[in-house]
Amino acid sequence: MNISGQDFIYGCSAIGAGLAMIAGIGPGVGQGIAAGQGAAAVGRNPGAKSDITSTMLLGQAVAETTGLYGLVVAIILMFVKPFN
Amino acid sequence: MGMMKIPMVVQEPDFMIHGVLKFEAFGQELWITDTTVGSWIITAALLLIGFIANRKLKAAGDNDIPGAFQSMLEMGMEALENMAQGILGGNARKFVNYIGTIFLFILFCNLSGLFGLRAPTADYGVTFLLGMFTFFIVNYQGLKNRGFGHFTSLFQPIPVLFPINVIGEIANPISISLRLFANLLSGVIIMGLWYGMMPWFAKIGIPAALHVYCDLFSGCIQTYVFCMLTMVYINDKME
Repeated sequence: MNISGQDFIYGCSAIGAGLAMIAGIGPGVGQGIAAGQGAAAVGRNPGAKSDITSTMLLGQAVAETTGLYGLVVAIILMFVKPFN
Repeated sequence: MGMMKIPMVVQEPDFMIHGVLKFEAFGQELWITDTTVGSWIITAALLLIGFIANRKLKAAGDNDIPGAFQSMLEMGMEALENMAQGILGGNARKFVNYIGTIFLFILFCNLSGLFGLRAPTADYGVTFLLGMFTFFIVNYQGLKNRGFGHFTSLFQPIPVLFPINVIGEIANPISISLRLFANLLSGVIIMGLWYGMMPWFAKIGIPAALHVYCDLFSGCIQTYVFCMLTMVYINDKME
């Protein structure tokens, strides 16, 4: 089987995109910790439920950013094809 | 053991930005894309709503019982003012117009996926511009309120940290614009993959749940986060 340089670059780009998505682990753990702490806070002080929920969602959305950077890198590797 | 061929997959998934019209200006090839058309439709819808709301509020007398539309407008405005008040405090009145404008624009852009448009915020050109607005407003406020101290604050607490502070300032608009863009883009890709690659029986009912998560939930949260972070950045430069 003959593999041209172009095919090799495509294959390596796909592997790179898969590796970039490992970044999804971090936000998963972070958001889980935030949600767990939020649940504990609601259990301790049910009256402040709406405040806790909005703070938690804001923090989670910010914590998601690093995972989204990984997603952007993966998408650029897959669809924009920068190494042609 | 041969791979079983699945005949039900009919079309390629499609989630790219499409050009609608090509024209030449200043020696450049320019395109009017889905994003442009979508943001025109959203702007027109917002202008129409604003026009009707203005008419309605002007016509309302002091002793009239407010109707559903007027109550909704007043509740929305109150919620917006409370949100700005919570972060900016006494300076909220100066920024509530801008925050309200970008809030409505981003919200309508994010929700436009429900109406069959490709969300304009899933194009980095749109979100980067929104991020740059934030960047310029934040730095203008910094210059206005601190004068020369806006630059010397980059050398605090110790001068060695200057490069890190500069990178931190430049990273703000990029991070908020990328956050909005990537969230919406991931929603568009998931919906495109589902509609493009699933057999017909998976397209009954299940996309509704995906739309609720990807368009409604994610869109509303990201709108809130974008406006909130813009206000937090502005508030950092206020004193």
